[in-house]
Amino acid sequence: MFDSLGDRLQGIVKRLKGKGRLTEADVDEVMSEIRTALLEADVNIGVVRDVVARIREQAIGATVSEALDPSQQIIKIVNAELVAMLGGETLKITYASQPPTVVLMAGLQGSGKTTSAAKLARWFKSQGRQPILIGADLQRPAAVEQLRTLGNQISVPVFSEPGDPVATARRGLEEAKRLGKDVVIVDTAGRLAIDEEMMRQVADISTTVKPNYTFLVVDAMTGQDAVSVADAFHQRLSIDGVILSKLDGDARGGAALSVKTVIGRPIAFAATGEKIDAFEQFHPDRMAGRILGMGDMLTLIEQAEKVFEQDKAEEAAQRMLEGQFTLEDFLEQLQQLKKMGPLSGIMGMLPGMPKEMKNAQIGDDQVKVTEAIIRSMTLEERRDPSIINGSRRSRIAKGSGTEVADINRLVKQFTEMQKMMKKMGGLAKPQGKGGKGKPGKINKRQAMQQLGDMFGGQGGIPGLPGADGSPGLPPFFK
Amino acid sequence: MFESSTINIVLLISVLVLASGGIVLVRSRRSKAASTSPVAPLTTTTPSSTAPDRYVDDEGSSSAATGSAGAAAESETLEPAKSDDSVVGDEAEQVVEETVEPATVKERAGRTRSLFASAFQSIRGRGSIDAGTWEELEETLLRADIGIGLTMRLLDPLRAAAKAGTIGTPDDAINALREAMTAQLTTTDRGLHLDADKKPNVWLFVGVNGVGKTTTIGKIGTAQAALGTTVLMAAGDTFRAAAAEQLLVWAERCGAAYVRGAEGGDPASVIFDGIQSASAKGIDLVLGDTAGRLQNKSNLMEELKKVRRVADKAEGTVNEVLLVIDATTGQNGLSQAREFAAATDVTGVVLTKLDGSAKGGIVFAIETDLGIPVKLVGLGEGAHDLVVFDPAEYVSALFE
Repeated sequence: MFDSLGDRLQGIVKRLKGKGRLTEADVDEVMSEIRTALLEADVNIGVVRDVVARIREQAIGATVSEALDPSQQIIKIVNAELVAMLGGETLKITYASQPPTVVLMAGLQGSGKTTSAAKLARWFKSQGRQPILIGADLQRPAAVEQLRTLGNQISVPVFSEPGDPVATARRGLEEAKRLGKDVVIVDTAGRLAIDEEMMRQVADISTTVKPNYTFLVVDAMTGQDAVSVADAFHQRLSIDGVILSKLDGDARGGAALSVKTVIGRPIAFAATGEKIDAFEQFHPDRMAGRILGMGDMLTLIEQAEKVFEQDKAEEAAQRMLEGQFTLEDFLEQLQQLKKMGPLSGIMGMLPGMPKEMKNAQIGDDQVKVTEAIIRSMTLEERRDPSIINGSRRSRIAKGSGTEVADINRLVKQFTEMQKMMKKMGGLAKPQGKGGKGKPGKINKRQAMQQLGDMFGGQGGIPGLPGADGSPGLPPFFK
Repeated sequence: MFESSTINIVLLISVLVLASGGIVLVRSRRSKAASTSPVAPLTTTTPSSTAPDRYVDDEGSSSAATGSAGAAAESETLEPAKSDDSVVGDEAEQVVEETVEPATVKERAGRTRSLFASAFQSIRGRGSIDAGTWEELEETLLRADIGIGLTMRLLDPLRAAAKAGTIGTPDDAINALREAMTAQLTTTDRGLHLDADKKPNVWLFVGVNGVGKTTTIGKIGTAQAALGTTVLMAAGDTFRAAAAEQLLVWAERCGAAYVRGAEGGDPASVIFDGIQSASAKGIDLVLGDTAGRLQNKSNLMEELKKVRRVADKAEGTVNEVLLVIDATTGQNGLSQAREFAAATDVTGVVLTKLDGSAKGGIVFAIETDLGIPVKLVGLGEGAHDLVVFDPAEYVSALFE
């Protein structure tokens, strides 16, 4: 959708390359791109101003080193700055010496409080605690039913009674003590930060239950308004931490940076999916890369690990590096890849993907065509595409509903890919030891760099200087 | 952190993506070339450009499956009051005006200190136009979530005009900006379409999680029922816990018929049942709820396409697909609009929660870049707080 900061800086950087030192004008230009990238990520304009000023200070007069690609140098500075701003003090839950530990959830309508409350309860349960949920959202129709259903799913009791939310919260707390529960999570109604009456109500609930932790739930898609909302809630309730919801969407999530900066409280958790266990502690480093649009390798790897059958994937990867990867393996791995969701999403997470590929609409329908072609081949053909002659070609085309040219293209691309993989396999040899080693042992830095080169991306991988990939598409695409 | 095995997996993925991506690239290039050179056309389609299948047979499918739906629908069917094609939005507002104080963007947005107003005060205070003027204007637009791209497109001509001398004072600049912003929202047809000849009319509601789809249906249902339109609400959100109950509360409040399915059931069949039931009972309008979904979840978007397809097959007319967007949404709103439009042929946007401090500026980009008009805005929790979007009023609410 939006260009990553890396893409933005590429043009400028080309000109900077010959220079020994960045001039003020150069820096201005670079800063303007950084500013745009941050604004497109929905970082608050006030926060952007501060960040850019700080980065500027570090960039002015920075010598352009011969060894380092200046764009990567800059991205490194920006990335480090964002990580520092997002991270810092992390929230460590200290349980009340006199149980129960009380947690209050607050936020705007639709930010995801009820779902987050249940997810949090499940998290506490996984920490060996015995939570109870209190439904004090008596405003939205069926909010309590929603909480009860979720509570059922995770086997956590839910207390609620109709009437007054403050009284419900008080009675719920008593009930929790009676049942001997050690964590109490109070779900409240969504409210506008400017709605005086509703803000007073949640403050009343807070005074009544005396929470040990008050969490503000913030939608990752929130725009510029995130700061005023966070500020208003913080003044009223003294927020202890933030829960970032809907982070599984494609929003860059600049709101995380804005909120963290404005209220100075850590982002404690992030909701990363609709499933109730899709809830984890927050990783500032990943968020920084995401805001900059730099791809999120770690998330990708985690997703891949969930989806791919570890043994098979490793086997396939090994064969790949040895140049033994066949169309059959390819087909098999494609099936796995499809499980990871839309290809465009995966591409977005890969660092240094050339723009042409990011922008190309890659639908799963296209994968289907490839699949159809491979499926129309015999086993021998899949294992050794070189035996595919004219008559085989037209048979495959007929079988897959494609043209002969499509078959040619696939075979040609696959062969080139094989060559490339073989080249990469060379990297896998353990250094210094010589001879044959386990191909699994790759120098990760080199491999990543090679990966970057392969994609022709420049400045793709933050914190990884030296990938001097030439701009434009690698031969593979030409 | 990096295990060597995970690196392998990443390599593998990358290669796979590369492989599939490479094919696409060549493919799209080739199809471009095909139009200029006499090469035989591709028989394989390029699916990226194909719209979701539409079934346009109005009376085609059988009218089965009304049994359970009919049983679930409790309210009696009123005599339809409307007899011609109409744009109901305006009327809804009129009727509301007679009974309840109508909400206006200006008054509700006025509850918060207008950031535009204070910025303009400072701009006017400068007396003349300087670099600071542009900076402040830019910042103000950005704060309203209008986005950096559109902000530049709005301000660059003004800067040029100032250089050329056609804009001389800060007041000129502000007025010119106001005109330029109003000019962005030029769609004239912002009404919701209700066609008496083709009932039941079907309005589907789509959007990401938590934007207020169910609440919007409740409000629209209430307004329509007050106009004498008979309404059926179909609880197509079978995913979120208690979503169907939430809709039932609204249906009971406004006396609408109601159809639901099993939790976790097929949303398309719930919508289909709803339409068939409405058709059997002569109900004018079906409001179809759908589960919130993030636009990058391809399986859920496929599910939504199916809902749309199946709704088209039932004995009704789908004449509105409304994308509900939360006013606090930032630049991601554009991606939401793009993806939902691709999946369901969105006919309009409902901008909710505009009564908070957020300005909902992303709708400018949605309307100008994607051509999807804003039709309604939500200004409060009451049923009468959902009003027809008036661009001039919206822009002046930002400015005053």
